[in-house]
Amino acid sequence: MMSDLETFRAETAAWLEANCPPEMRQPMVDESDAVWGGRNPTFKPGQKEWLDVMAAKGWTVPDWPKEYGGGGLSRAETKILGQEMARLKCRSPLSSFGIWMLGPALLHFGTEAQKKHFLPPIARGEIRWCQGYSEPGSGSDLASLQTSAVDQGDHFVVNGQKIWTSYADKADWIFCLTRTDKNEKHKGISFMLFDMASEGVTTKPIVLISGQSAFCETFFDDVKVPKEYGEGVSSVVYEVNKGWDVAKYLLGHERSMISGGGSDGATSLGAKFADQYGRDEMGRLDDPMLRAQMAEMDIDVLAFRAMAERFGDTFKAGLCHPAQPNMMKYAGTEINKRRHELIMSAGGSEVLEWESEASNGGLTARSWLRTKANSIEGGTSEVMLNVVSKQILHLPGA
Amino acid sequence: MPLYLNEDQQMLHDSAAEFMKGEAPVSHLREFRDKQCKDGFSHALWKQFAEMGFTGILIGEDDGGLGMGHVEAGVVLEQIGRNLTPSPFLTTSVAGVEALNAGGKALRDKYFPGILSGDTVLALAVDEGPKHRPDQISMAATREGNGFKLDGKKQFVVQGGSADTLIVAVRTSGSAGDDKGLTLFAVDANAQGLAKNSVRLVDSAMAAHLEFDGVLVDADAVIGEVDEGDVVLRRLLNAGRSGAAAETLGVGAGAMDITVDYIKGRKQFGALIGSFQALQHRIAHLYSEMEIARATVLKAQQMLDEGSSKAELMVSVAKAKAGKATALSVKEGVQMHGGVGMTDEYDIGLYMKRDRALQEFMGDVNYHTNLVAEMHGY
Ligand SMILES: Cc1cc2nc3c(=O)[nH]c(=O)nc-3n(C[C@H](O)[C@H](O)[C@H](O)COP(=O)(O)OP(=O)(O)OC[C@H]3O[C@@H](n4cnc5c(N)ncnc54)[C@H](O)[C@@H]3O)c2cc1C
Ligand SMILES: Cc1cc2nc3c(=O)[nH]c(=O)nc-3n(C[C@H](O)[C@H](O)[C@H](O)COP(=O)(O)OP(=O)(O)OC[C@H]3O[C@@H](n4cnc5c(N)ncnc54)[C@H](O)[C@@H]3O)c2cc1C
Repeated sequence: MMSDLETFRAETAAWLEANCPPEMRQPMVDESDAVWGGRNPTFKPGQKEWLDVMAAKGWTVPDWPKEYGGGGLSRAETKILGQEMARLKCRSPLSSFGIWMLGPALLHFGTEAQKKHFLPPIARGEIRWCQGYSEPGSGSDLASLQTSAVDQGDHFVVNGQKIWTSYADKADWIFCLTRTDKNEKHKGISFMLFDMASEGVTTKPIVLISGQSAFCETFFDDVKVPKEYGEGVSSVVYEVNKGWDVAKYLLGHERSMISGGGSDGATSLGAKFADQYGRDEMGRLDDPMLRAQMAEMDIDVLAFRAMAERFGDTFKAGLCHPAQPNMMKYAGTEINKRRHELIMSAGGSEVLEWESEASNGGLTARSWLRTKANSIEGGTSEVMLNVVSKQILHLPGA
Repeated sequence: MPLYLNEDQQMLHDSAAEFMKGEAPVSHLREFRDKQCKDGFSHALWKQFAEMGFTGILIGEDDGGLGMGHVEAGVVLEQIGRNLTPSPFLTTSVAGVEALNAGGKALRDKYFPGILSGDTVLALAVDEGPKHRPDQISMAATREGNGFKLDGKKQFVVQGGSADTLIVAVRTSGSAGDDKGLTLFAVDANAQGLAKNSVRLVDSAMAAHLEFDGVLVDADAVIGEVDEGDVVLRRLLNAGRSGAAAETLGVGAGAMDITVDYIKGRKQFGALIGSFQALQHRIAHLYSEMEIARATVLKAQQMLDEGSSKAELMVSVAKAKAGKATALSVKEGVQMHGGVGMTDEYDIGLYMKRDRALQEFMGDVNYHTNLVAEMHGY
């Protein structure tokens, strides 16, 4: 007799085999292989079919409740789905700030009407969201933000500037932190949802050191934000002036997500590079120093993968310290940066090519540079360490 | 299986924590060190271990034990590490028992009752030099009558002077470096021709240099099959390494806790030193390393208990990761204690010494890092 979970594993594997298009079982090469959905989606062959069948099963968000477009799977089933997708090399059907950030915050803080209104389009990949947190004067000290929302009866009027807003130029809606009380700091912030197509919203892309332009300056010039989008569907999540609670909760999920969960990337860089780098007569990677660093990296990657599994399990069971995502983000991003340093080092001059076709437009170098943002975006490593010191180790304030 | 302790394991954790803290805290180690105990541990305490059921954790229920796994053994070992408890638990009840579990019923019946009652102590005679190189074993046994004759040297056998029985890994064919040709024996510690020279180590534990001069053993002293000792040795090493990783984790966690406490109480420049960011970031980083090590050790133990084919890889990852994290913990610990960290009066230095010994036990960080590269085929 198979246990329920074994049956689930067998059925899931069979379903994935039958439904995942062959193109979606190839490794992702660059950003264009990620599917972001939205009002004006772009799809490569196989991407739309894969998104649609997965969304129909609720498996773009397997652990969300079914009534909000999820799959209603338990923690154990979600884990199995992830393991089978990894084993069969199925790509993730949808990349989405809605799934990684807004969704969990709405599930926790949203009203029933808000959940019913906003979550299903996220699960189906129909609405693409961006995050309006940082401002030019408010980065690590996010709660000092100044973008204002003034109550005008049935709507708010929003004015100000956000910066580093990832994909603001491609997003349909924004979850935005605004100041609704100038006399308070943390207790004067609200968490608002509005359409990026609203009059008065403009975006201006910023070029990164990787040469890519994934984020923008975002300007709000007398933007009218209705208080409701229908019966009970408030534009403010939780309550006015209580947005900091929502913002922090969301950051927890964002930080867990940026930590990478140890899930992507080949397990062993050394195994991957030994053939291309060369081996000595004993079959060892031909540079003993590089070999040692590769093996250290293998250990750190496998160790962090165990950490990610434990974090996920304890989080779901309510056994994990609420500030643990900060530790995860710190550790995961620092490992990822080191990993890409090693990839560059192993590649030598070849991976310096920036434009050639052979280098896929300098993909390796651009990816390396992109990882430098990992320990900045979503809260810097230094800020993560501050939070761990204070909230987990209870060290005295300076 | 979720990667945290289940309810039963948590209960075992709580009782092991209470027991070790109550019966064998750091002051117990000091007491045995100061009276220059030759065995390096308390036989009365070992009896108490037995009463708690700890000694039979890895002994099957059919053999009268608790029939638990590596996770449970690790739970006890972490508390041993936290309290720096001197005991023969790791060599006897973890690695030694696991080796005997690979042997026949006659051997198990001979040794398990004494282990269960807290009378028998086992030691592991594997290493032949100052570094752990089990693939380079060269000490040999030759056939003699119905049994074997053992000749050669084993070094740094922890508890080797006080053990009743030695688990000895030797060559019965082939030469150093070969996979096959090893045989493991259970040898009476009082056998004729066996000379033992005990030395005290930096952490106050006792280790012995052993010389076998024509030591005769019966054929029934063979654990498992002749020339197939690699199978037995692998089980012994997996258990010993994951166990040592768990004890190391306890040492690192204990050192971190006392350091966090210390910097919350010490004032300089008119402020608690724990309020200085220079120390906060380092100890928060340490916390992160210790958490990762904890997950890794538990993962390795779960994989061993499940019989996973990748367990051996994860055991090496765990020994290396726990070793690195704990080395950092004791170094930062002494440094953040300032001058008092250098004194014998404060416990932090004892943690540093224990860590150093555990690093060498069954392979240090470099050894296991190299193994990981080999297992990954480069
Ligand atoms: C690729 C990328 C994408 C991003 N996407 C988004 C997005 O979609 N939406 C959004 O709102 N924001 C986004 N951000 C912004 C990001 O959240 C901020 O960059 C981050 O919070 C840091 O703020 P800052 O850049 O103003 O740096 P600063 O806060 O000025 O920090 C500068 C340096 O000082 C250090 N520092 C600051 N305070 C302390 C302290 N108390 N103790 C010790 N050290 C300190 C920092 O660690 C850092 O090293 C993105 C950033 C990047 C790089
Ligand atoms: C072997 C030995 C020999 C010695 N010989 C002599 C001697 O002959 N004569 C003599 O007078 N003294 C001597 N000392 C004392 C030595 O100078 C002090 O131990 C040293 O100055 C540190 O002071 P402390 O021990 O009080 O540590 P603390 O000042 O309490 O420091 C504890 C920890 O906090 C850190 N810390 C403190 N302040 C800050 C800060 N502002 N920012 C960040 N971190 C901080 C320290 O770096 C340290 O890690 C000796 C010490 C030793 C260990």
